[in-house]
Amino acid sequence: MSAPDRKQAEVRRMLERDPAPVPTDLAARAVAAGARRSRRRHALRAVLWVLLCVAVVVFAVWALSVEPWVARPDRTSPSYGW
Amino acid sequence: MRQARQDSRRARDFEAFVAGAGGRLLHAATLLTGERPGAAPAAERLLTAALARTYASWDRLRGEDPYACARQELAAAFAHGAWRHRAPRGGLLGGLPPRERLVLVLRLYEGVAEEQVAAALGLPVERVRALCVGACATLRSRPPTAAPVRRSPSRTGTAAGTRAGAA
Repeated sequence: MSAPDRKQAEVRRMLERDPAPVPTDLAARAVAAGARRSRRRHALRAVLWVLLCVAVVVFAVWALSVEPWVARPDRTSPSYGW
Repeated sequence: MRQARQDSRRARDFEAFVAGAGGRLLHAATLLTGERPGAAPAAERLLTAALARTYASWDRLRGEDPYACARQELAAAFAHGAWRHRAPRGGLLGGLPPRERLVLVLRLYEGVAEEQVAAALGLPVERVRALCVGACATLRSRPPTAAPVRRSPSRTGTAAGTRAGAA
């Protein structure tokens, strides 16, 4: 074993020393917070989808009523005979 | 009904995972925050947040290792709020700057490859190696059995500062 490896192994042993007991409610707390988080994310996603649908419908209604692809006739008639 | 059954199965799987990996993750979090084992509220908060994120993405893991995911979340949460954990709190790594703690824990305690640590932290591999060697040297230069003195955070702070400056 080379010197750096030995040093690292020593530090590794130091890091492994005295682990503490895990609080019993750790998983339950994480589940509660995680569930809240994913509920919030789902709600946000639903709101964004609804907004997108509303935008599409509004645009379709506007486009069908205004028909912006049809060229409008000129307002002023061309003046001939001058 | 189906949704409820799925939820409870997910919670059961997750609790089994925490029962197995919680101790190791909590120890890693305690090393990161520089607290003493057994009295580490900041580490518990950090780990709870990381586990909550892991739980929220549990269904999207699809064969990925949940432990690696939780570790990644823990490292990201710590890196994000590292300034909160700068002060020494009497733990083993209390005298090291947060980034050195993170590299040391990922490299030596968790055994993550240098390249992966570098990619996760957005650092060059040589920098990760240098941080790890520096942190090891600082840690070994202190007597490992001596309990860190609570009343003199400035001394450890200065020592870490000069060492970090020299590195």
